[in-house]
Amino acid sequence: MSLVKLTIDGNRVEVPAGTTIYKAAKELDIDIPILCYMDLKDLNIENKPGGCRICSVEVEGRRNLAPSCSTDVAEGMVVRTNSMRVINARRTVMELILSDHPKDCLSCAKSGNCDLQDMAVKLGVREIPGQEYAEMSTYRLDTSPSIIRDLDKCIMCRRCETMCNDFQTVGALNAVNRGFNAVVAPAFEMNLEHSPCTYCGQCVAVCPTGALTEVDHTGKVIAVLNDPTKTVIVQTAPAVRAALGEEFGMEPGTRVTGQMVTALKQLGFDYVFDTDFAADLTIMEEGTELLGRLKKHLEGDKNVKLPILTSCCPGWVNFFEYNFPDLKDVPSTARSPQQMFGAIAKTYFADKIKVDRRDLVVISIMPCLAKKYECQREEFSVDGNPDVDYSITTRELAHLIKQANMDLNKLEADEFDAPLGESSGAGVIFGATGGVIEAATRTAYELHTGKTLEKVDFEQLRGMEGIRSATVDFDGLDINIGIAHGLGNARKLLDDVRAGKSKYHAIEVMACPGGCIGGGGQPLHHGDASILQARTKAIYEEDEEKTIRKSHENPYIVKLYDEFLGEPLSEKAHELLHTQYFDKRKKIFQV
Amino acid sequence: MSSVKIELRQDQVDKIHSICDLFGNQEGELINVLHKCQETFGYLPAEIQEVISEKIEMPAAKVYGVVTFYSFFTMIPKGKHPISICTGTACYVRGAETVLNEFKKQLEIEVGETDANGLFSLSCLRCVGACGLAPVVQVGDKTYGRVAPDDVKAIIEEYKG
Repeated sequence: MSLVKLTIDGNRVEVPAGTTIYKAAKELDIDIPILCYMDLKDLNIENKPGGCRICSVEVEGRRNLAPSCSTDVAEGMVVRTNSMRVINARRTVMELILSDHPKDCLSCAKSGNCDLQDMAVKLGVREIPGQEYAEMSTYRLDTSPSIIRDLDKCIMCRRCETMCNDFQTVGALNAVNRGFNAVVAPAFEMNLEHSPCTYCGQCVAVCPTGALTEVDHTGKVIAVLNDPTKTVIVQTAPAVRAALGEEFGMEPGTRVTGQMVTALKQLGFDYVFDTDFAADLTIMEEGTELLGRLKKHLEGDKNVKLPILTSCCPGWVNFFEYNFPDLKDVPSTARSPQQMFGAIAKTYFADKIKVDRRDLVVISIMPCLAKKYECQREEFSVDGNPDVDYSITTRELAHLIKQANMDLNKLEADEFDAPLGESSGAGVIFGATGGVIEAATRTAYELHTGKTLEKVDFEQLRGMEGIRSATVDFDGLDINIGIAHGLGNARKLLDDVRAGKSKYHAIEVMACPGGCIGGGGQPLHHGDASILQARTKAIYEEDEEKTIRKSHENPYIVKLYDEFLGEPLSEKAHELLHTQYFDKRKKIFQV
Repeated sequence: MSSVKIELRQDQVDKIHSICDLFGNQEGELINVLHKCQETFGYLPAEIQEVISEKIEMPAAKVYGVVTFYSFFTMIPKGKHPISICTGTACYVRGAETVLNEFKKQLEIEVGETDANGLFSLSCLRCVGACGLAPVVQVGDKTYGRVAPDDVKAIIEEYKG
């Protein structure tokens, strides 16, 4: 590769040909301001529509300013990133963007966490000239079970479009119309509910403004916590503890499990439980299902559905119900941990504490937006009473804690309550890509071989590659495992399954980059993908510190089967812990 | 963009499929597919876009994005007599806007719409190369020059019979 020499702000730098000015400046530790541009390096996602022009720089000998995110370097180029001309142009661009942006920052869901607001501060915008005659674009508000679209706040950076199309291959969002009327919208400008949207929330995770946000249920949670007739219990997903600290200024990857439990108890939850417990339960059911299908396969049954697909991720479930309805008997029928928890809480646990399910409220804290939709699915309710009443995100929990005048940094650690708060390390790693299948492997290996694993860590299943393969030796039987994170990667594996070419016995899919740790409900990464790596590390550290690291050794799981469920895949287990899938293809576009 | 709700017959679906086949069902040929479909059906309602989207395996949102980007494409059937008012520079300075407003008033429709009887639709275009005749109005294939707002009523009447 040929190298190109250039000068940026008086500093000489040498970079490979084809590098953009923006990236060349990075080499010199010069951070050119960006707004629409986004580079999630580890995930190979780059959004560079060159649309906002905030990153404009002056190039000697060039008449106009150059957008540094999408202009390649050239030999001998002399670049100024901070000349008066550049600074003025940047501010003008910002003023123009703001002239067509609502001014309700104080009550905006993104206030304090908004890239546009930050940029206005950075560029020293104090007034918006021409505001009195500036036209404002208006668009209807679109509310779905998980995501709110408020396109008056859209700046057409098109990051959401990149995530939805290039990374997820969902294709729900696209830029439509032109000029002043341009917006990012589903086909025919229908609401999100009538589009192929999976509610993965990756559009929300990258939106620089308040145009795409989660449906906020914190008000409802506060209301039930203040209702003396209700017993309110909470479950927390594994990925939450690895990210919540970021909202309180902690380094990415700081684990705050104990402090989070304290905060939840102080908020007034009657019982603080752990979704990790239900993750262990998922492994019992899903692992047994896998072994059952394998046994039939080895006996020569041609009708058995392999590979088995994990079914914990509700964004993924939505994706295959829409895109692969012909394969709907391939995934495991096991419900997700969130829903298993809800079903057990409102039967087994409700009986134990002698509370009617209608007076028991189950709240879940999730890194996820699709979980909001999932808990509203009809099949997960009994006579109209949902197993999980409200699902709130990591970000919403942070808001609740801050509203209650608590600082996570200053809280002592506490322990989850029994019996639904005990979990193994296998339950913890559900939060990272590869974790579900590693947890399943730990249990399935021991159940199948009758031998004890000497080492429970399956390093070959971990990592950040979009698609990973590994073969695990089950005492002479080779089990082929496939792992995908990101729905675009999942689609590739599923196309093979559909074509009958898949070599795998089991495939794990998580919709979000890095798995749940990169979920749409997590603290915003603001384009820094290294944060996801730090969270992953935290998850595996938590697993290592656990005394029990295999789901089938969780004593409370053993007790639950003894007292209540019988055995995995029993009739009762089927009723409470399994589900079915639907063909969603036909439901779209029919308003 | 608003649209009408229709139900496609099987032979119409087949026709769309054959147009997609003609262009090798290639994503990159979307604009050609859309052109041909509009030429065939007169307009591109959501139902046609959906069929195209499935056939060439491209998200419907993307197809719709292209349809709404180019003003040539329309999701509303054109009237029996499509009226185009030139709003190019020459026509504009000679009063095309007042002529356009008169058409809107008389027909009670906006630019891009078709009247309730399906008789007239209204659109703007940029320069037909007859600037000497500005402002210019076209109805179907017929061109009218030096049109004043007072002439509008008579032009419409010509086609009502």
